[in-house]
Amino acid sequence: MQLSNLRVFKQKLNKRQRTLLVSILFSLILCSVVLTGFLLNEDRIATNLEVRNASPSLDHLFGTDWLGRDMFSRTIMGLSLSIGVGLIGAIGSACISIILGVVAATMGKVADSIVTWLIDLFLSVPHLVSLILIAFTFGGGFKGIVLGIALTHWPSLARVIRSEVMQVRSLEFVQVSKKMGKSRWWIAKEHIMPHIIPQILVGILLMFPHAILHEAAVTFLGLGLSPHEPAIGIILSESMRYLSVGMWWLAFFPGICLLIIVRMFDKVGDHLRMLIDPHNAHR
Amino acid sequence: MQLEANHVSFRYGTQQWLFRQANFTIHAGEILGLVGPSGVGKTTFGRTLAGYETPYEGTITLDGVPVSTQGYQPIQLVMQHPEKAVNPKWKMRKTLNEGWEPDEALLAKLGIDQKWLNRWPNELSGGELQRFCVARALGPDTRFLIADEMTTMLDAITQAQIWHAVLEIAKERNMGVLVISHDQHLIHRLCTRIIDFNELLDHGMVRT
Repeated sequence: MQLSNLRVFKQKLNKRQRTLLVSILFSLILCSVVLTGFLLNEDRIATNLEVRNASPSLDHLFGTDWLGRDMFSRTIMGLSLSIGVGLIGAIGSACISIILGVVAATMGKVADSIVTWLIDLFLSVPHLVSLILIAFTFGGGFKGIVLGIALTHWPSLARVIRSEVMQVRSLEFVQVSKKMGKSRWWIAKEHIMPHIIPQILVGILLMFPHAILHEAAVTFLGLGLSPHEPAIGIILSESMRYLSVGMWWLAFFPGICLLIIVRMFDKVGDHLRMLIDPHNAHR
Repeated sequence: MQLEANHVSFRYGTQQWLFRQANFTIHAGEILGLVGPSGVGKTTFGRTLAGYETPYEGTITLDGVPVSTQGYQPIQLVMQHPEKAVNPKWKMRKTLNEGWEPDEALLAKLGIDQKWLNRWPNELSGGELQRFCVARALGPDTRFLIADEMTTMLDAITQAQIWHAVLEIAKERNMGVLVISHDQHLIHRLCTRIIDFNELLDHGMVRT
């Protein structure tokens, strides 16, 4: 009964309102996760051998591990760490793609072919491979993983920005602006930027889940963050040994939480992308 | 002052020639009509004159000197579709003041309502937008105005109003106007001289 009410309520809203609703919900959850992650005391995850291997209960929502550490706190801390890595990585990546995309679109044919070649090169290698290589080169840890993510996730966004800038540049009002004696810089700032900023924002949002998942994957493989940090990847890889003895909660809850966060980013990004796309916007 | 095209040729990429060796002169204060069938290259020729396209060969000169590409252009083009020529994300006031700041007398002459200045482009009709485009192109440094089907899509009253204002300003400033149009009546009414586009091309040249 309640579920059908919810569905009716959802159908009543148009796409704009639904996007707004989803974004607000999402940012609330995100903020609470990050805030709790920062505010949680280190001793919440201190070893407590008296409650080792406890299954989920009211005291320990996600159970405890083989050292008696509270899995709920560890998961939240891991998530906020992942979100931090994802955020810095995605913003770094976006900066690279903006610079390269704009250079390709405005600096002539040679620059364009070099950037296009770079994009193709990076896209032809699986993200994970180049990510591991780069993270390894920079010595692993937080710095390595963030640099790795920033340096591997830019190509698809750079391609979008390149084509978008090219398209806006050829529009009539931009050409008229040139004849009005406006400088290239002025045109880029006043005419072109406002048209590509929505694309960039959506690009960052859609890059985020990739960044988080890749961070977790590389950490899981032992090439990312150091083992004493409460990262989701670390939690998952440690729990592997205990799954066979029936301690399912060690992997299940952190995994589900990671999935939820990633799905939410995807959903919000998709909603926004559809809104700024003129072909779908009116539906 | 005169605007000249000397042996100008143009083609898009490696496609067939749109026009070859076109010669053309327009003097200050002259209202010149350019006619010709569709697709013959009138618009492209207008764009080339205004510096929107670079000619494949030949030069565009103003008093014998090539036109500088920097700064406000003395040759301004008003296009057929005003809705494409204004930034949809700008309020009309910003669009109007992009090159220079027209005074109220000019706005009144063109029939631009002060209220429109605070609107977005999609809140105005094509005719209303075109008035803004004309006002924008009539800066104090404009020596020649190229009106490429400028009023084709407008109703008769708006057409009359806009042309009235443009002709008045052209006379005041001794500005040359090139009218590109299919509308024979309009051209005969406005222009002091009319040329056929095909006459511009060197005789004996076969268009291929």
